[in-house]
Amino acid sequence: MATSMISKNREQAFMSNLTPDWLKTELTTGTTIAAVEFDGGVVIGADSRTTSGAYIANRVTDKLTKITDKIYCCRSGSAADTQAVADVVKYQLNFYQMEMGEEPLVQTAAHTFKELCYDHRDNISAGIIVAGWDKKEGGQVFAVPLGGMVIRQPFAIGGSGSTYLYGYVDSQFKKNMTKEECLPFVANALSLAMNRDGSSGGIIRLAAITKDGVERVNLTGNQLPKFYEDH
Amino acid sequence: MSSIGTGYDLSASQFSPDGRVFQVEYAQKAVENSGTAIGIRGKDGVVFGVEKLVTSKLYEVGANKRLFNIDRHIGAATAGLLADSRHLVEISREEASNYRSTYGASIPLKYLVDRVSMYVHAHTLYSSVRPFGVGMILGAHSAEGPELYLIDPSGVAWGYHGCAAGKAKQNAKTEIEKLKVKDMTIKELVKEVAKIIYVVHDEVKDKAFELELSWVGEITGGKHELVPKDIFVEAEKYAKEALEESDESDEEEL
Amino acid sequence: MEAGMSCLTNPPPFWKNGPQPGGIYNFPNSSATHSNTSESQRSAYPIVTGTSVLGLKFNGGVVIAADMLGSYGSLARFRNISRLSKINDSTVIGCGGDYADFQFLSSVIEQRVIDEECLNDGFGFTPKSMFSWLTRVLYNRRSKFNPLWNVYVVAGYQDEQPFLGYVDKIGVAYEAPAISSGFGSHIALPILREEMEKNTNMNENEAIALVQRCMKLLYYRDARSLNKYQYAVITKTGAAIHGPVVPETNWEIAHLIQGYE
Repeated sequence: MATSMISKNREQAFMSNLTPDWLKTELTTGTTIAAVEFDGGVVIGADSRTTSGAYIANRVTDKLTKITDKIYCCRSGSAADTQAVADVVKYQLNFYQMEMGEEPLVQTAAHTFKELCYDHRDNISAGIIVAGWDKKEGGQVFAVPLGGMVIRQPFAIGGSGSTYLYGYVDSQFKKNMTKEECLPFVANALSLAMNRDGSSGGIIRLAAITKDGVERVNLTGNQLPKFYEDH
Repeated sequence: MSSIGTGYDLSASQFSPDGRVFQVEYAQKAVENSGTAIGIRGKDGVVFGVEKLVTSKLYEVGANKRLFNIDRHIGAATAGLLADSRHLVEISREEASNYRSTYGASIPLKYLVDRVSMYVHAHTLYSSVRPFGVGMILGAHSAEGPELYLIDPSGVAWGYHGCAAGKAKQNAKTEIEKLKVKDMTIKELVKEVAKIIYVVHDEVKDKAFELELSWVGEITGGKHELVPKDIFVEAEKYAKEALEESDESDEEEL
Repeated sequence: MEAGMSCLTNPPPFWKNGPQPGGIYNFPNSSATHSNTSESQRSAYPIVTGTSVLGLKFNGGVVIAADMLGSYGSLARFRNISRLSKINDSTVIGCGGDYADFQFLSSVIEQRVIDEECLNDGFGFTPKSMFSWLTRVLYNRRSKFNPLWNVYVVAGYQDEQPFLGYVDKIGVAYEAPAISSGFGSHIALPILREEMEKNTNMNENEAIALVQRCMKLLYYRDARSLNKYQYAVITKTGAAIHGPVVPETNWEIAHLIQGYE
């Protein structure tokens, strides 16, 4: 009895010394995410890195998550939390669509995310961008950051990599950009953040959402936008 | 009503052998005892009118209103038992409030009507409850244009261009049909609504009544509200004059 | 025996064990009213925050002001958010602290205002009733160890008198002729008080000018502030939110400085 206790304690001590941090810490989408409104839709984008501490648990993650046909979210924060929240919102809006016989507004999707994030603010870590198209307001971007507030923005960035990006986006964003201008704007932003943020990386996943649906693009390897160091 | 229940009319949870639910039909009768309520959907909004019968001179003026706000953008006019009406109004307001807190937007009228008619219908299924003796007219003006619905005590609801409930509903509907409501603005319609209420009012059986008018549309900025005093007075004057003219022409014919 | 006792204290329902009319009426998410006050949940710290709110009474009304920044720590993350909210023609509230909590409480207030409007009986929130209600809500929440992490400044006009009140996250509440929250209570409030002492019968324009002066000063000295703000004036004739105002700033003294000694 006593020996087994000792051996158990030893085992625990052994484990705690030898287990690397990355086996114990939560999976996070360290992440850079971004979204921009344009006339007739939105462009959204994300890197593809999921980390557990310093270990890259998934190098080809898809952080652009479908909620309805024309509403997507970009997830940052705890992978488990944001997936759970996205699943719940997806269920609720699918129910809404059946009950109302109508596609939900982007605003409604953003509100649903906010409600969950606000009510459980002390137990989940989720920074989400909700973006999509609806027939009432067209393309829209909403930010739902950590505390569970919600606000519409002409463009939004999020995740750990976004801190390196404010200078770039504030200087390069222009009002009334076209879809063709928004795509490189988002791709450049993501590429820059992936270069400087250890928790972001992999490939760039982009999507454009309009009244006609979603077009998705992946930029891999040497397709990533290059800057002075890369030439 | 062609036959009386012969025992099949005591509960809303039992059909009669010929497939009727008498309690529901009695509830509809209760609506038909009430002063008339009408709603007309024009091209830029909805107008409500109520013939509120005043059964005692001792009542305060303006008491026991039958026009209600459900939400900022939704109005209701009711015919039937007033206490039942108020309960349904309360339920409707709760519905609107729940929708806002869940989805962060104003409730679409069509959905509200679905929900409230489900509630009304639920009260036609059980022996422990009585159906609502209410005809409830609901209207709103949204980005897609004006909308108008009527919920029946059976829990059935239809969308309308013009509808009526209460004792003179047949006459009122005939009057509404004479108008080209789809081409009319609510500013024009408010006069016609007042006139219809005056025309269908039965001076002999029901002496005193108060006219109630409300609207929701482009000119109210999508808000449901009582018709402003000056426009109300103008509409009522138009109604009274129209009534006098028709009385005179009736006399000539005699 | 026990059943008999409970019958005495709790009579059985009049009718049960059957389908309830309206019972089918609750969809899974419709009962999701804000029951987030259970004891396991508490806000340990604010996330997106607003800084000071200023308020000042003058002869015949009140003016309040707040800048438009939602800070995320030291990151000036949201640079275009409104922290003033018009409740009705006689009441405006200003909010500092956690913006998510402000949005939550705003939605509660909005529904209450709609409920009042629906009744159409001529009654609604007054500045005093709004203030009183806020003190109870904030004190209640702190008593559940789950405070709403805010400061509210209530400004309004009632009974031919201007009204100005302060409530914070623990329920501390007071009225005063000049109010400021946060950084402003160190930097702006002494100036507001001094000017009020000098000019005891300030008019609307003087009051607005004074508040604007203080907002500029706060921009110079509060590292969580923004050079873009809104202000609201509430008088007998109604309440209106003005702005965004982006004041001119003056950095001339910089030319007089060279080196650090």
